[in-house]
Formats: sequence, structure tokens, C-alpha cells
Amino acid sequence: MLASFILDSIRTTGRYALLMRKVFARPERGRMFFRQFVQEVGKLGLQSLPIVIIISVFIGAIMTIQTKLNTENPILPAYTTGLVTRDTLLLEFSSTIMCLILAGKVGSNIASEIGTMRITEQIDALEIMGINSASYLILPRIAAFVLMMPLLVVYSMAIGLFGGYCVGVFSDIITVSDYLLGIQYAFIPYYIFYSVVKSLVFAFIIASVASFYGYYVKGGALDVGRASTSAVVNSSVLILFFNLVITNLMLN
Amino acid sequence: MIEVKHVVKSFDGGEPVLKDISAVFEAGKVNMIIGPSGSGKTVLLKSIIGLHRVDSGRIEYDGRNLPDMRMKDIRLLRREVGMLFQGAALFDSMTVLQNVLFPLEMFSPDPPARQVERAKFCLRRVNLEEDKYGLMPSEISGGMQKRVAIARAIALQPKYLFCDEPNSGLDPRTSLVIDRLIAELTREFGMTTIVNSHDMNSIMEIGDHIVFIEHGAKVWQGSRTDILHADCQELDDFVFASDLFKKIKQSSTH
Repeated sequence: MLASFILDSIRTTGRYALLMRKVFARPERGRMFFRQFVQEVGKLGLQSLPIVIIISVFIGAIMTIQTKLNTENPILPAYTTGLVTRDTLLLEFSSTIMCLILAGKVGSNIASEIGTMRITEQIDALEIMGINSASYLILPRIAAFVLMMPLLVVYSMAIGLFGGYCVGVFSDIITVSDYLLGIQYAFIPYYIFYSVVKSLVFAFIIASVASFYGYYVKGGALDVGRASTSAVVNSSVLILFFNLVITNLMLN
Repeated sequence: MIEVKHVVKSFDGGEPVLKDISAVFEAGKVNMIIGPSGSGKTVLLKSIIGLHRVDSGRIEYDGRNLPDMRMKDIRLLRREVGMLFQGAALFDSMTVLQNVLFPLEMFSPDPPARQVERAKFCLRRVNLEEDKYGLMPSEISGGMQKRVAIARAIALQPKYLFCDEPNSGLDPRTSLVIDRLIAELTREFGMTTIVNSHDMNSIMEIGDHIVFIEHGAKVWQGSRTDILHADCQELDDFVFASDLFKKIKQSSTH
């Protein structure tokens, strides 16, 4: 059982590596690659903005309320809530948790789109035309998402902090001045760099793993659904694993 | 001309799906691979195109042996190939015109205006009305999708045309339109056309040269007129399974 799992994992990793070798080839037509790239920037990046805004603003607000309730102690300074909210957003929420959420949205989108193209022979049609289908379909998606993810993460940080600010404005849980002092106190710009590095790695994982599962679908609509689920589950596990590795390398 | 010599193909080391198949597919003719479901005709067609790697044997495109080629050379060869898939395989995200324009944008050295002109010529050639050019594939009928797929297949003026079950899912009248279109274009452009089919109407309508395979082996080959007089039990069981074709055979022999 364990042996077959290990063998299966090695085989899957090998196939993934071979696919990536095919993906990172020079595009047949630069103009066509650029057109695809721009489309993917819109689809994977800009269309993810609404969900990033909604989740970030609410989580920022909720985090502020919960932190305030848990740090209600006279020996802790009033700015603690803002500081804890800021560091949690910068270090973990906006990079890792947001990427896990986007692994669901973007990962399932990529896997199902490429998987449907596979089962309806559209990928075969590209191959018959003499096109490197892996490079044509996957490279623009990876490039677009790797470009957009850091922007989404930084955007999420800003919106999350704004959510906390709204708590100060619309409630009496925390004062606006205490919150603003907290989010500026002992600020370490390196945390943003750390989050951006993480987001680049996670974006690559989400786009490439989802493409891998979509590209090798066999069967019908049910199998596309399964591939989509596998893409989300596996990219989420890999994100958590690489989160540990990167955190250990960059913050330890 | 495409020549297949002693081709053997198996999957994962199992029983061969293709057993020592040899055949010649001539230019300017509609060559048909026929046989019952599961006989290996799709595997043979995909092996000829290079979507499956064969275990042994030669597949020669005018003397160029496909199994010996590197991927880069196979891609170059495929620019001389057009293919009509069973389900048309049009790109969902593109309009009818964009689908036909796609191979031209990828490989044609012509300026964009000439490419559009060529794409429109191909669509006119398959008798598709101009008001359909801006529609998405899901907005047109199955027969129209097949015609668009043919237009896309001929956009780069291929030397070789492959059709996998071109009539699947079509009514008899539309099937006839597609069959005749394939035959006309084959003669017009002098292409080597290979059609994979088990539709008897198609076989009798356009099959210039027919290769019958069963259980992965070639059992018979000849022209459509030869079919009526062939002394081959397996072919008879397949071709004359229906009462209608039994009557046709009886009337032709009397």
C-alpha cells in the first residue's frame, strides 16, 4: 500500500517534470503568446479581484474585532490590536490563506478548462496542427498568474487593513487612532517582501499543478470534475508544505 | 502518398491492438479504413498521425518515416496535415472565423489581411453562410461545425487530410454533404485523404480505396465496387449486415 503510494507519487512527479519541460519551450508565435497572456491576466488576475476584496475586507475587520477581544488586558498597550492585525495579514493571511482560496477558484478553473479541451479533442487538434499544446495552453496561464498574484496579495493586505480601519470608524470596539498607531508601530518592510516571494511560488504551484491535472485528463465530464478536485487538493497541500519551507528559510 | 509497413502497436505491453498492418494510401484519392467498433481503426489512424507511437513498422509520408522523426520534425510535418475530428474539436473560446484563422495566424507568413481573406475563402468553400462567421461553435449545428472543422483543416493547404468518423452524429442528408465535400476537396487539392468510418453509405459514396481491418489485422483491401464481389466472409458479415445491403449485393451479383 505504502510502496504503491510512493511509486505513484514518483511517477506523478516525473510526469509533472516532463510536462514542465514541454511547457517552458519557446512559443511558436510571440504575438499569439502575448495575446493569450493578456487574456489570462484578465481572466485569472483581474477577475479574481472581487473575491480578494470581499474576503480581505471582512477578514481584516473580523481579525481586528477578535484580536481586540483577546488582548483586552491593561498591561498590553492600546496599539496591540492594530499591530497584531497588520502582522497576521502581512505574514500569513494575504499570502498563504488568500492563495489557498485562489487555489480553489483559479486552480479549478484552469484544470476544468484544459481538461474539457482534452476530452473534446481540442488539445489533439492543436497537436495535429504542429503546435506544442502544453506550451501554448499552459505557459501563458503560469506567466499571467505569477505576474498577478503578488499584486493581488499586496492588494489584499491593503484591503484587509482597511477592513480593520472600518471597525474603528463604525464601532466603538477600537478607536481609529489606536488602530492607525498599531498598524504603523514597529513595521518591518521585509515582511512584505517575504509575502511577495511566497505568493510567487504559490502562484506557480497553483497554475502548474492545475494545468497538469487538466492536461492529462482521460475519460469524460466526470473525470474533468475529478481532475479539478485533485488539482485543488494537491496544490493546497503543496502550498502548505512550501509555506513551511519558505518560512523556515526566510524568517528563521 | 502514405505507406504503412508492418505496423504493430500495443498498449502497456499487452496484446497488440494492431497486428502487422501494411497498406498504401494514395494521393488524390479518398482512402478509407473501415471495420467494426473496437477493431483498431482509430488506433491505426492515430498511429499514422503520430498521436500514438508504434512498437514497430514504418509509416512513410512520401518517403519520410514518421517513427524515426524527432518531435521537432513531427511538428513540422504536421503543418502539412489537416484533420477533421469526430466531434469537430473546434475551439470553444473562438468564433467560427477565428477557428479557421487560427492555424494561419500560427504558421502563415502572410499579412493579417491576407490571412482573413484566406480563412473566409475556406469558409465559403465549405458553403458556410457569411452571417455565421461571428458565431461561437456552440451556436451552430453539428453539420456546420463539421464544415467549419473542414475549413480549418484545409486553411494551410495540407498535403494530407485525416477524417475520424466524419459522419458521426449527423443525419443522412448532412452526412452526404460532408462526404461529398471531403471527396471534392481531396481531388481539388490532390490531398492524400484517409477517412476512418463504419458508415456504409459513406463507404459506397466516396471510398476510392478501402482497407478493412478486424481484431487489429488487415483482412481485405480494394475499391468500393470490389466490395460487392469480394470473397471475404468477415467483410461480408460487416458490410452486408443490414437487409438493405444484402439486397444490394444480391442484385449486383445477378
